[in-house]
Amino acid sequence: MANALINVPPRAKRGEIIEIKTLISHPMETGYRRTQLGAAVPRDIIRAFVCTYNGTEIFRAELHPAIAANPFIAFSTVATESGTLAFQWTGDRGFSETASAAITVD
Amino acid sequence: MSQNTSRREFLLTAGGAAAGLGLASVIAVEPARATPAAMQEAIHKVVGAARVNQGRVKLELPPLVENGNTVPLTVSAESPMTAADHVKALHLFTEKNPQPDVASFRFGPRAGRASVATRMRLADTQTVIAICELSDGSFWSTSVNVVVTLAACLEEA
Repeated sequence: MANALINVPPRAKRGEIIEIKTLISHPMETGYRRTQLGAAVPRDIIRAFVCTYNGTEIFRAELHPAIAANPFIAFSTVATESGTLAFQWTGDRGFSETASAAITVD
Repeated sequence: MSQNTSRREFLLTAGGAAAGLGLASVIAVEPARATPAAMQEAIHKVVGAARVNQGRVKLELPPLVENGNTVPLTVSAESPMTAADHVKALHLFTEKNPQPDVASFRFGPRAGRASVATRMRLADTQTVIAICELSDGSFWSTSVNVVVTLAACLEEA
């Protein structure tokens, strides 16, 4: 169900600051809404997002219901070496999704 | 309604009904609300006893938002981002959403630039606060006023 979109430049110069954009499909149900019959809709959100660069954590986000549906997060990092950027989203109801992107640094 | 109802009678009845309906729907959908006090408490939880200074952090939000369900924003702070002097975290808070916390972003010197873009929900016209935590333990904040036309969190599922 969940579907992640990652945008990482495939090549970068050593020491260059690169921008990483991530988008994942998720309803981010706030837990404050009610159905037409008045029943509360239980909360279902992504609570955490972590990005690692060759195993080292470079960015982390803690999310709350105030983040819009289909969370978009863009951040940056210094291109230090060729390798893999791994992304992980975790949330309510055992939600977990991973994605990765390769980068070549010259 | 009978054929001979006068214009005045009709307007009175219609107005009364509309007011009644309006009142009923306000009561029915009144959502949970954080208060400025709740926001202060949430900020206190992050900041602790430290003093929060004004400035150094930049929060870009559209001043007029048509749809509160998805509001693009960028939060950033000027920093050399070296091991000795970098931004440790950027936190976002709102005054009138059901819950004051929005998100916390944590960085290290490897981020290169302390800047994050995301999209948030806004339940009402209100003030959004960004707080930046530096590696030397100091906190800096900025606030932006946003006018929201269509609020988030109100529609039925």
